[in-house]
Amino acid sequence: MATPSAVARSSSRPRPVRTRRNTELALVLAAVLIAVLGYIEVGVDIDGSVPSGAAGYGAALGVLALLAHGVIRWRAPYADPLLLPIAILLNGVGLVVIYRLDRATPRSEAAPTQLLWSTLGVALFIAVVLFLRDHKRLQRYAYSGALVALVLLVLPVLFPPVYGSRIWITIGPLSFQPGEFAKILLAVFFAAYLAVHRDALALTGRRIWGVQLPVGRVLGPVLLIWAAFVGVLVLETDLGTSLLFFGLFVVMLYVATARSGWIAIGLLLAAVGAAGVGWLSPHVHSRVTDWLDPLGSIAAGRGANQIAQSLFAFAWGGLLGTGLGNGHSILIGFAAKSDFILATIGEELGLTGLIAMFLLYALLVSRGFRTGIALTDPFGRLLAIGLAAIVGIQVFVVAGGVLDLIPLTGMTLPFIAQGGSSVVTNWIIVALLVRMSDVARRPAPRPEEA
Amino acid sequence: MPRRSRTGASAGGPQGLPGISTTGRRAGIFCVLLIVALAAQATRVQVFQAKRLNHNPANQRLTVERYSQPRGNILVGHDTVTGSVPTGGRYDYRRTYTDGPLYAAVTGYSSQTYGNTQLEGTEDDVLSGTDPRLAGWALWDAIARKQSPGGDVYTTIDRAAQQAATKGLGSQKGAVAAIEPATGRILALASTPSYDPGSFAGTSAADQQAWDKLQADTNQPMLNRALRQIYPPGSTFKVVTAAAALAAGTVTDINAPTGAPYPYVLPGTTTPLVNDTAACNRPNLSLDTAMIYSCNSVLGYLGVRTGLDTMLSTARDFGFNDAKLDIPFRAARSNFDTEMNESQLALSSIGQFDTAATPLVMAMVAAGVANNGTVMYPQLVDRLTRSDGTAVQVMEPRTYKQALTPAVAAQVQQLMTDVVEKGTGTNAKIRGATVGGKTGTAQQGVDNSGTPYAWFISWAKPAGSDQVPPVAVAVVIADSDATDVTGGGLAAPIARSVMQAVLGG
Repeated sequence: MATPSAVARSSSRPRPVRTRRNTELALVLAAVLIAVLGYIEVGVDIDGSVPSGAAGYGAALGVLALLAHGVIRWRAPYADPLLLPIAILLNGVGLVVIYRLDRATPRSEAAPTQLLWSTLGVALFIAVVLFLRDHKRLQRYAYSGALVALVLLVLPVLFPPVYGSRIWITIGPLSFQPGEFAKILLAVFFAAYLAVHRDALALTGRRIWGVQLPVGRVLGPVLLIWAAFVGVLVLETDLGTSLLFFGLFVVMLYVATARSGWIAIGLLLAAVGAAGVGWLSPHVHSRVTDWLDPLGSIAAGRGANQIAQSLFAFAWGGLLGTGLGNGHSILIGFAAKSDFILATIGEELGLTGLIAMFLLYALLVSRGFRTGIALTDPFGRLLAIGLAAIVGIQVFVVAGGVLDLIPLTGMTLPFIAQGGSSVVTNWIIVALLVRMSDVARRPAPRPEEA
Repeated sequence: MPRRSRTGASAGGPQGLPGISTTGRRAGIFCVLLIVALAAQATRVQVFQAKRLNHNPANQRLTVERYSQPRGNILVGHDTVTGSVPTGGRYDYRRTYTDGPLYAAVTGYSSQTYGNTQLEGTEDDVLSGTDPRLAGWALWDAIARKQSPGGDVYTTIDRAAQQAATKGLGSQKGAVAAIEPATGRILALASTPSYDPGSFAGTSAADQQAWDKLQADTNQPMLNRALRQIYPPGSTFKVVTAAAALAAGTVTDINAPTGAPYPYVLPGTTTPLVNDTAACNRPNLSLDTAMIYSCNSVLGYLGVRTGLDTMLSTARDFGFNDAKLDIPFRAARSNFDTEMNESQLALSSIGQFDTAATPLVMAMVAAGVANNGTVMYPQLVDRLTRSDGTAVQVMEPRTYKQALTPAVAAQVQQLMTDVVEKGTGTNAKIRGATVGGKTGTAQQGVDNSGTPYAWFISWAKPAGSDQVPPVAVAVVIADSDATDVTGGGLAAPIARSVMQAVLGG
């Protein structure tokens, strides 16, 4: 293979493009090291000794990381070097925190399962990088993908509800949230549809009150799909995913059409939807009440609710945290490993650890957007931006909920929270971004090759 | 002009609208701003609201942390009177007490359910390990969140004196306070009936039952009568009146006739102030004789002659009307009214009317007289140490007030010695010791129908010693089954055994 700097010098690309694969390798190893140190810290803080599984855990994470890195080196040499290390670090820290929470709940171990799902996630990552040579091929499956997504979303209605939400498909010991997979299919559909119809959406139609409204013929299918999704989700009372899909829809529509009127319409629809759901569902109503006054249930003599327990955990962590294993995560109780895992991170790693984690997410999201901006085909651009927006919005919705910034809606923290479908889905997202960033950063072919 | 992406026209937006490069960047900035908002909210919760949230009563973390390590101990001499045992529950350790009822008035309780009181309360920071003085490197330990092991609290209590006091009180309702006059060290602090603070230290149903039972007990075992309850001091207050009369010059020679009339009719009334003993029923008795027989008419007359101002200032110098007397936990305010007419002053001068005192303050009266007029601040803590025994704080004797001149104090000492030698206090005599004392029998209840309060205050030193007496004591029996309830009969023997315990030790 020719050195990148030799290939890169062409008129359209004034700067030499380096692959940065060695940077990625160093960062990947650092991420594995940090995760292993965290694992050791849990053992030292709880038992006073290095946990016996430390070597095995480090080896497992290291092998997964190196395999993923090797595949990138082989098949996507120009990919953004930050994407994989961030995913490894977040997934590794997530495993450590779940292991730590397992220690507080000896009767329900989640870390081994999570490691299994992470392995499957990395396997799918490798498969995507290996076999999806050109992301534009996804465009062909946009409509069938949307259909599959709808089916996936409807299916859980047939299964028993878990914690009041029908979002799980349970087969024997396995259970997964199809909504997690659906969000990728939905992003693909939106990207494909908008790449074709963006001009029509932006320019046709009438102006009403200074807002350009597109003709129903163009907008119809999009609204229909969106309404179907949101309707199903409201039936399943999974507000987090509804919010995510809605945000994704608005962001992609705006990016494609540059019509800020879409944001106004979006907010209006959101307000109407939120009011309607709040009116229909006491479940949602109590969420809003808890958000406005998280300590109100204490004053009313009903004890601390989930949000209050979560805030107590964050506050106890303070600036530097108690150290992994030294917090009181048992007091967080309900959903400590899934929706509320951030509270344990806030308590044991403190504001410092939390902001470091937010920085990682911000970096991941901005790298995704950067990939989208750097691509040349509208479908790829919209898809990368959509996938990055999914991560950003999901982090905001779940973290904002447990931090009492917005009303609580159940969602998983990407890569960190317990949940197989979530981990697998996020690895696929990162794989797609890696694939597309390889295209975006690949130097233009030499004139003689063109 | 629309912004064009550097990658070419294909990326441009429809007809003059911004392209995806621009809108994508805006959307990206929006997504990153969402995450910045999260960081801001995390800062708000973890830095600015942290203290309030940590102290929310529904948040168990402070309590869990507090009981995550053994609590420091309270010591009497070299012996610990408290302990901590592992529980295996959410709270790792619970408090235990050796001889709980004996020291309950000193230690108070440390309960996982009901909080901390008395020494367990006021010295809680040291005992629980949160006092920053315990940390070797305070700043670093604060950053590293290293919890210091609990420190120890060494009391000034004399084990023998405490035992003598408790044994003497027995099943009667009463209290004893004993002080080392020269330093203010509290040697004994007993209140009966007592309770076992270990019986409700934990969180179990049994703990709750024990607590409920103690709360419902009409004998109020959890009331610290030695310093949280005020009683009319009766004739023991005559020591204060005699001191004030001598200080004001109303009387200069304790053996000279005072000019007190008999009968003494309360000013502005037709009611004579009656005496308990016929020996008092003569005019013009000396102060010494009046004290020996505890003559109400003479001391009432002298109190009025001395005047409200001097009476009040002398009483204040001994600890009356002090609402912030901390030893380190707070004693109830002993009362001597600040505004009275002459008949009220006469009654107050013999320890009746609104006059009311804690046993602690009456012990301060005896101790101040014994210490040549200097009242020392009563203190219960000798020193605070870290778990390794190094001192954090060592008690220094503090002067409370210079109540009397040494000359006046010597005269009052003589009066008190004569009470024990020849008067109502002979039950306090100790072979080989000089003892000064004063009895008191305070009527109470509607038309004085209740069992009187039997008082005795005293001090003692080895015979022939010209040192300050090593012990002063106040005893009150609030309710007894005895038929003859008098200070000399009931309280003096208890005071004697407490003083003997100190002198003998």
